Amino acid sequence: MKQYRSHLLVCAGTGCVSCGSFKIKEALEKEIKKRNLQDEIQVVATGCNGFCERGPIVLVQPDGIFYQLLKVEDVPHLVEEHLVKGRPVKSLMYVPPAEKEPVPKMKDIEFFKHQRLIVLRNRGRIDPEKIEEYIAFDGYEAMGKALSEMTPAAIVDEILFSGLRGRGGAGFPTGKKWAACAKEKATPKYLICNGDEGDPGAFMDRSVLEADPHAVLEGMVIGAKAIGASKGFIYIRHEYPLALKRMAIAIDQARENGLLGQDILGTGFAFDLEIVQGAGAFVSGEETALLASVEGQIAMPRQRPPYPARKGLWGQPTVINNVETWATVPNIIRRGADWFQGLGTETSKGTKIFALVGKIANTGLVEVPMGIKLRDIVYGIGGGIPDKRDFKAIQIGGPSGGCLPAKLLDLPVDYESLTAAGAMMGSGGMIVMDDKTCMVDVAKYFLNFLQDESCGKCVSCREGTQRMYEIVKGITEGVGQESDLDLLEELATVCKDASMCGLGQTAGNPVLTTLRYFRHEYDAHILDKRCPAGVCKKLIRYVVLAEKCTGCQSCKKACPKDCIKGTLKDVHLIDQSNCIKCGACKEACRFEAIEEQRDEAIQVI
Amino acid sequence: MITFRMNGLEVQAEEGSTLLETAKFYGLEIPTLCHNDGLTPFGGCRLCVVEIGEGLRTKLVSSCTYPVEEGLVVRTDSARVWKSRRMMIELMLAMAPGSKILQDMASQFGVTQVRFKVRDTECVMCGLCTRICAEQMDAEAIGFQNRGHKRKISTPFDMRSDVCRLCGACMYICPACQLRCQGPQADTALCNGCLTMEPSCLDHYDDLQCWMYDAGRCGTCVQEKKS
Repeated sequence: MKQYRSHLLVCAGTGCVSCGSFKIKEALEKEIKKRNLQDEIQVVATGCNGFCERGPIVLVQPDGIFYQLLKVEDVPHLVEEHLVKGRPVKSLMYVPPAEKEPVPKMKDIEFFKHQRLIVLRNRGRIDPEKIEEYIAFDGYEAMGKALSEMTPAAIVDEILFSGLRGRGGAGFPTGKKWAACAKEKATPKYLICNGDEGDPGAFMDRSVLEADPHAVLEGMVIGAKAIGASKGFIYIRHEYPLALKRMAIAIDQARENGLLGQDILGTGFAFDLEIVQGAGAFVSGEETALLASVEGQIAMPRQRPPYPARKGLWGQPTVINNVETWATVPNIIRRGADWFQGLGTETSKGTKIFALVGKIANTGLVEVPMGIKLRDIVYGIGGGIPDKRDFKAIQIGGPSGGCLPAKLLDLPVDYESLTAAGAMMGSGGMIVMDDKTCMVDVAKYFLNFLQDESCGKCVSCREGTQRMYEIVKGITEGVGQESDLDLLEELATVCKDASMCGLGQTAGNPVLTTLRYFRHEYDAHILDKRCPAGVCKKLIRYVVLAEKCTGCQSCKKACPKDCIKGTLKDVHLIDQSNCIKCGACKEACRFEAIEEQRDEAIQVI
Repeated sequence: MITFRMNGLEVQAEEGSTLLETAKFYGLEIPTLCHNDGLTPFGGCRLCVVEIGEGLRTKLVSSCTYPVEEGLVVRTDSARVWKSRRMMIELMLAMAPGSKILQDMASQFGVTQVRFKVRDTECVMCGLCTRICAEQMDAEAIGFQNRGHKRKISTPFDMRSDVCRLCGACMYICPACQLRCQGPQADTALCNGCLTMEPSCLDHYDDLQCWMYDAGRCGTCVQEKKS
């Protein structure tokens, strides 16, 4: 094997690719070739590194130097200085907010320091399109162990003992699910990997599939042996083209190497995988809807029981697990259930990946041990709220999760605590909100998403989400009444109670948690016709502050409705009757002379 | 045979049958709308919800789709069940106020207000028409389109269907668009012309306390509806 003195690991996750990381890779390769260094230095495209805020990212190994926000123009300088002269380029390194000195090494950066990588252990380290690199980092070792040394019952026991719980949201113990399916006598049995990740702002499964597709594959072969399945399906939504491509490559490579198909590793065990492309309905992530979708029907959930472990795909016993769950399995088999038991809390074991997004300094993908406090994620790893604003809420668990306020920042992140607080683990989206966010508006946003994405079967969910949206929309427009809150609460509770599947049973959460923790904001909208955060357009108006306005006319130019009057160097005035409250003037003003007025009741026209 | 409890009564049912079938067999009345004995259970109208489980861990499930389980504890008329049923009736009435079946149910369950803006689509998406078309008429001429608030029932591409034989089964089975409520023309979505009384026990107990378990029929505790 060829030896290189240095590796340049270019992040090729979706975030960085959209920032142009393939162009950076090309430029690097060109520059290295120009200097005739191609035998000394290798450029590798890896899966998502996690620190998406700072893409495109290049990590130089073995030095461990982390370069961020790269542009193609920076490349010649970087190669010249670092790789030829051996002087790391300070200007391209990460500088933490509120500090001046850059942090050169990746392991010293706060964002990476507190993470515990198990599922994502190969992220930013290997080329996901090369099976050799996965194998070099202990890949397929667990599968070898499971196929040659362990009985199916021993595998199930190991997973059961590890305490692994489903990472898709509900947290059902994976071992129990496997045990139930293993004891079914009907054949054939099927395995399904649920990669239908649809929450706004969540990209955990996508990242795992893109960064380490072989880990998912290996987990599924182990699962197949445990329950006696002969065929598996990987369900990936068509919005994830890169994940689909890399998974297809991974399956082909595994087949070529005898790791999939007939007689795997010469043990006589046969198992094969097929990719199914989802058509993009959020509800397909619900397991029974996903089954219908794989069968070619409308993705509409059905009654459980019978659970899929008994009667699943085409009526056969089926195990459905989330991408992250499957990718955790090889780690447990390889390192033992005892080791996994030692991570996390009493009831929630191991680590969990979260997509940290919203008003946070370090946007990205983080893997943390269960039981970590929300504060450590937001302020430790996340680096706090940018622009010195205040933390207001964190929305956990996707659209049907809940918004938790600042007073719950010390809540440990585990299945039970989150559910008790009114949110849920969900698939792991975390949206941070600052004091410029209106919680009624947030509830409206999620209800709008849900009324679109409800499958429409249950009256409680289809009509419930529509009516809740109608009411909340009325409140944000200043036509809410006091009785609305009781009706909302009643509707949300009934929607949770009476709906058939997980979507409907959690669809009330955005309303219930915002009502529970931010009722005063609803009251302000209804009683005072005032939006405290200044977000709801019908309840604010933009005004020019005479003492700050310099009369520069930039707001006038920005206004799409031509409703700002004033001559050069004179204080401007906004004509309220024509204003559509788009906020373009406020953005255009360099003197902070335009402000949204919300202190007094503004008459709703 | 599977033995379990319904409203405190020990009942037996064959494996694979549903809670609704068992209730019917024992004469316990559970309201339904999207259910028809000749068609596959759908579980969409949520009127047939019953409360299962004991203590703090109870939940509501649709009895038309839920299979019988050994040792299950089922309550067909708890306060939580009635609360949900009333809300479902209210929600559906706002979609199809002309339906006599829904208006009658509103009177039966004491639904006396519709707090939502009426959006009269003359359809509650119960799916009876699509199922009878596919399962009994073997035509599959109509089906659901879209999802969520955009959902509707129509022929493929909204064009005249080649396989539709105009048999009228869809209209025959529809609970909303055929049988009209002929009661007094109220200016709200509710008729309530048949509303006379309602049982008083849910004000005091967690379940209906009806004689012979037959919900709301015995009349021993009914009162004039408080207006």
